[in-house]
Amino acid sequence: MQALTNRAQQVERKPMSLLERAYLPAIFRGMAITFGHMFKKRPTINYPEVTRPFSPVFRGLHILNRDEEGRENCTACGLCAVACPAEAITMEAAERSAGEENLYREEKYAAKYEINMLRCIFCGLCEEACPKDAIYLSETFAPANFQRKGFIYGKDDLLIPHPITEPEAHAKAKGGRVSLK
Amino acid sequence: MVDEIKTFKVTIDNITIDVPVGTTVLNAARQIGGDVAPPAMCYYSKLQGSGGKCRTCLVEVAAGSTADPRPMPKLVASCRTTVMDGMVVKNITSEKVKDARAGVVEFLLLNHPLDCPICDQAGECHLQDLGYEHGKEGTRYEFPRRTFEKEDIGPYIQLHMTRCILCYRCTYVADQLTDKRVHGILDRGEHAEISTYISKAVDNEFSGNMIDVCPVGALTDKTFRFKNRVWFTKPVDAHRTCDTPGCCGNTTLWLRGEEVFRVTARKDEWGEVKSYDGKPGWICNTCRFDKKKTSDWTIEGVTKVNRHSVISQGKYEGLVMPKETVQEVMGGRAPKLLMNIHDESEVNDPKIQLSEINGPAHAENFKN
Repeated sequence: MQALTNRAQQVERKPMSLLERAYLPAIFRGMAITFGHMFKKRPTINYPEVTRPFSPVFRGLHILNRDEEGRENCTACGLCAVACPAEAITMEAAERSAGEENLYREEKYAAKYEINMLRCIFCGLCEEACPKDAIYLSETFAPANFQRKGFIYGKDDLLIPHPITEPEAHAKAKGGRVSLK
Repeated sequence: MVDEIKTFKVTIDNITIDVPVGTTVLNAARQIGGDVAPPAMCYYSKLQGSGGKCRTCLVEVAAGSTADPRPMPKLVASCRTTVMDGMVVKNITSEKVKDARAGVVEFLLLNHPLDCPICDQAGECHLQDLGYEHGKEGTRYEFPRRTFEKEDIGPYIQLHMTRCILCYRCTYVADQLTDKRVHGILDRGEHAEISTYISKAVDNEFSGNMIDVCPVGALTDKTFRFKNRVWFTKPVDAHRTCDTPGCCGNTTLWLRGEEVFRVTARKDEWGEVKSYDGKPGWICNTCRFDKKKTSDWTIEGVTKVNRHSVISQGKYEGLVMPKETVQEVMGGRAPKLLMNIHDESEVNDPKIQLSEINGPAHAENFKN
C-alpha cells in the first residue's frame, strides 16, 4: 500500500547494545540535563509577590471614568452596548435632577450600568465606541469566582474612585499606562 | 385627444419617468426611488406648504424643458420646482449638487449642539443620516453655538430649541391638524425660535404628531424621555379602535420585553407618516401618550426596519425560545445551579416598570 505522506518511519527493532542495557549512563545523562537547568535563567516568576508588566495595549477589567471634578462621564448613550459583540453591557438611563450637578456631567446619566463579565470577551470595542471618554479597559484581570452571580459588575464595581476625595485610589485605578501618543 | 397629454417626461440622473403635470422634481425623483431621491429636511408631503426652507434637496437642472433647453443658472430646490416636459435633472450625478449639499449640511450643523449621546432622536434622526451621507467630517465654525432658555411646552412634548433646524414642519402640523394653533416661530434670522406664545401649553388632541414630523430631536416624546435608546427597543405594528375623529389608530409600538416604551405613527420609506386610503395616518394624543400597555393594542407583527438602520440591530428574526426542559427531566424539581438574572442584575428590574413612569426616570425611581 502506498503511504499518504513520506513522514512514516520504520520502527527500529534492533536488540539494545551493552551500553544501553547498562541503564545508568542514560540516567546520568538525564540528570545532567536537569541540573543544567538550575544555572539557567528561570522563565517563571513568583506570581502574587512579583507581577509581570502589562503590555501597553492590554485590555482588562472595565472602569467607568470620572472627570477632574469627580462627575461621572457616562451619559448612557448606549453606543458601548450596541458596539459590544457579546451583548455584555446593559444600562438604564435617568435624568439628572436639580442638585445632582456635582455627580453627573450631563443632564442624562446611567442610573444602572452593568457588564456581564461572563459574556465579555475584552475586545475593547466599548472603549472605542464611547464618545464621552467614559469607559476604559484597565490593567486588571477580572478575578475568578465560585459563583456566576459574582460576575455581574454593576456601577459600584466599575466606577473609578473619586479623584478629589480618594486621590490615591484614583491614581492607582488610573494605572501607569504608557501613553501611545 | 388633447386631454391625453397630462404627463411630462422628466429625466433625473439619466432615468426617464413620466409624471403628472404639476409634480415637483422631488416627488418625481421619489417615484424613481433609491439614491436618486434628494434628501429633504423641511419638505413633508403630508403637510401643505412645507418645503423650500432647508435647501438640502437642491438639484441641478441641466435642461429646463424641450421648448427651452437652456440649463437653469443656479441649483434649485427640488421640493418647490415643478417638472417641465423634457426637463433634465442631475442629482447625485452632479458634482455641484454634492458640493452644495455638503455646504448645506455644514450650515445646518453650525448651531446644532451635537448632543446625540443624550438625544432621544439619535438612531432615527434625519439630520444624523444627512450628515453621515452628505456631510463632511469637520466643521469650520469656531464661535459659540446659539443657546436658548429652556422652555416647558407641556407634559407630553419636550422642546430642545438648540437642536432645532427651523424646518417649520411642527407649525404646519399645528396649523393643519389642530383647531387652534398655540405655537409658532418667534423672532427672525439667527434668533428665530419655536415657542408657544406666552408659554401656553400645547394641549390639543393632535399635537403629538409634531414629534413624528420633527426631523431632529427638537421635539421629542416626554413619556419616552431617556427611557431607552431607540435601537434597543423593538418596533411592532399595532392598532386599536380609536374614537377620536381623525385618528387612524394604526401605530408602531416600541417595546422592551412586554413594556410599551413609546407609541409613534407608522413611517414610510421617506420617514413620513404612512397614508391609509390617501389620508395621512396621524394619531391622537390618547393613542400616543396614554395607551402604554400591550393589552390596549392588537399587535400585528414586527415592523420591517431597513437593515442599514441601527434600529435593526439585535432584532433576531424568527427567534424561537427553547422550551425549558430541565424541570421536566428532573421530575418536577427546580434546578439549583441555574441563575435567575433578575436576582443579580438591577437592569430591567421587573419591580420597576419604566413605561409606567410619566416622563424621564430620576434617581428616586431606581431606589428600592
